[in-house]
Amino acid sequence: MSLAADSAISGGARNLRLTALTKEFATFTAVRSLDLEVPAGSFFALLGPSGCGKTTTLRMVAGLETPTSGSIHLGGDEITWEKPYRRPVNTVFQNYALFPHLDIHENVAFGLRRRGVKDVDQQVREMLELVELEGQARKKPPQMSGGQQQRVALARALINRPEVLLLDEPLGALDLKLRRAMQIELKRIQTEVGLTFVHVTHDQEEAMTMADTIAVMNGGVIEQMGSPTELYENPRTTFVANFLGQSNLIAGTVTSGEGDVVRVDMHGTQVSIPADRAHTRSGNGWIGIRPEKVLVAPAGEPIDAPGNHLPGGVITDVSFVGVSTQYLVQMPWGQELMAFEQNTGRRAILEHGTKVDLSWRPEFAFLLPADQDVNAGALEEV
Amino acid sequence: MRRGRFTGYWLMLPAALWLGVFFVIPFYSLLATSLYDPEGSVLTGYDVTYHVANFWDAISEHWDELFRSLWYAGAATLICAALGYLLAYAIAFKAGRWRNFLLVLVIAPFFTSFLVRTLSWKLILADDGFVVDTLQTLHLMGEDGRLLATPVAVIAGLVYNFLPFMVLPLYASLEKIDGRLVEAASDLYASPTRGFLKVTLPLSMPGLVAGTLLTFIPAAGDYINAQLLGSTNQRMVGNVIQDLFTDTGDYAAAGALSVTLMAIIVGLVVIYIRKAGTEELL
Repeated sequence: MSLAADSAISGGARNLRLTALTKEFATFTAVRSLDLEVPAGSFFALLGPSGCGKTTTLRMVAGLETPTSGSIHLGGDEITWEKPYRRPVNTVFQNYALFPHLDIHENVAFGLRRRGVKDVDQQVREMLELVELEGQARKKPPQMSGGQQQRVALARALINRPEVLLLDEPLGALDLKLRRAMQIELKRIQTEVGLTFVHVTHDQEEAMTMADTIAVMNGGVIEQMGSPTELYENPRTTFVANFLGQSNLIAGTVTSGEGDVVRVDMHGTQVSIPADRAHTRSGNGWIGIRPEKVLVAPAGEPIDAPGNHLPGGVITDVSFVGVSTQYLVQMPWGQELMAFEQNTGRRAILEHGTKVDLSWRPEFAFLLPADQDVNAGALEEV
Repeated sequence: MRRGRFTGYWLMLPAALWLGVFFVIPFYSLLATSLYDPEGSVLTGYDVTYHVANFWDAISEHWDELFRSLWYAGAATLICAALGYLLAYAIAFKAGRWRNFLLVLVIAPFFTSFLVRTLSWKLILADDGFVVDTLQTLHLMGEDGRLLATPVAVIAGLVYNFLPFMVLPLYASLEKIDGRLVEAASDLYASPTRGFLKVTLPLSMPGLVAGTLLTFIPAAGDYINAQLLGSTNQRMVGNVIQDLFTDTGDYAAAGALSVTLMAIIVGLVVIYIRKAGTEELL
């Protein structure tokens, strides 16, 4: 049997390219004309709330779902219509889908045996070593813990050396601590084997921890794509601003859109936003600032920031979360803004009802068009 | 109230009583009958003389029927397994919203008596019935060929009557199989055929084993199909036992033959389960 997977060894890694990929189901469109290029060897995350089309996209790449239109290429080869068992692509399924009637060794060997590979046993032993399950080869999947099953699922896919490894919410069934440990583990293995990983998740922290590039999906389209820092520091849509971490979004009106700084009137205060962070140049907009970038000081005291002072705030809520204290500050125009302050111990924690001034460095703010829903992506964040 | 140490045993009591009255005692009686003095009769009465030779006599005299029962039942079970697997697979994976309707159809024959259904097969397979006519018109069967009173008719009757016992356990185990396992197999380079052989079939083994047992055991002891659809050349061991008990009054031989049939079936089932290795399956 000649499989395209063999070319991974001879021809080197190839980019995965999705072009105008669309999937319509009877009652809704899951993926709308998606264009995407995943560089070979990268750790790529598709991030979005449930129902955003990320899993459907993954299943189309795996061949488990047929696209309505568009194409999928690996390097120069089109694989849009290729049968799943002929693609050099393997999947780590959500809930793992391990074969319950086969032991761990045979689960991992499954793909190699189907392809008629020689010295399967040796390779399986090495793979089980990589995922640290050497002693468990003769156990059956139901006898193992969730974390162990997860690693078996990973080994079962990785052993085939696919050009692209697809991970469908692979850590979703694990508890928080184990999930954090596995994130680091996955990243280590990806670096070690150097394969292209496409990781689907709704957990923004998971995506940011592991991925080189994140594509944020919503309603079947990609909202924004970039490195974790890029997406977090300079979101282009309210959805990204709210879904990836939290944001204060304040209504404002652009007063001058020329030059390398956009000036915006925000409830009577002039704020300036660097042009590359302003995603609208005229009319109304949302001024965005991340809560940890907002500085708080009791009214009248100096704040260590070159930006404008916003006076007249009152603290309406204080939550102490250990590493930081999270304040809610009611501003004169009625909106409550979030401000997260590191607990450096430099100053006592401010109390509920304290009158405060706020400030932030202008280079941290961003400006989004006013026609976007200010609450987009906020509800999914629980 | 504190839960007693014996609660579990108390709960088993009704079933144990049932088994005692309707299985252990009759079985003991059957075993005793098989060891009667063969000289006994209704007039002189019967004595348990531990006449073990009853068994050798019964087996050597009715070897043909014993063997025929196993071969008919085996053939019927194989055909049931092939037809039943296709049907159960189609209902479980391809039927969509027709699934429940089809399941009712599988069970529907039970609403009529076993005897009546078998009798109607006698009409269908009759020498001047449409099946024989059609086969003769198509020259698939000679002018004097017939279906009734042939092994084909008896085996077909057994297949028809016991097919639901194959389909239902098979359906139950196929329906439980997680579709993602089949997807995982195809993701791991298994063609649909390979995926079926390596994943679906092994996972449906418990249903297949249960189905073959539920089909083979009653089919081997059946005598209605042989009586209604066969001739003297298709007599099965059930027919012999019935004759010995009711017509000849040779209780000792009838009992010995019954016990022999039971022992053979138990032996075959044990070997089969060992081979199929169901205890290893989930």
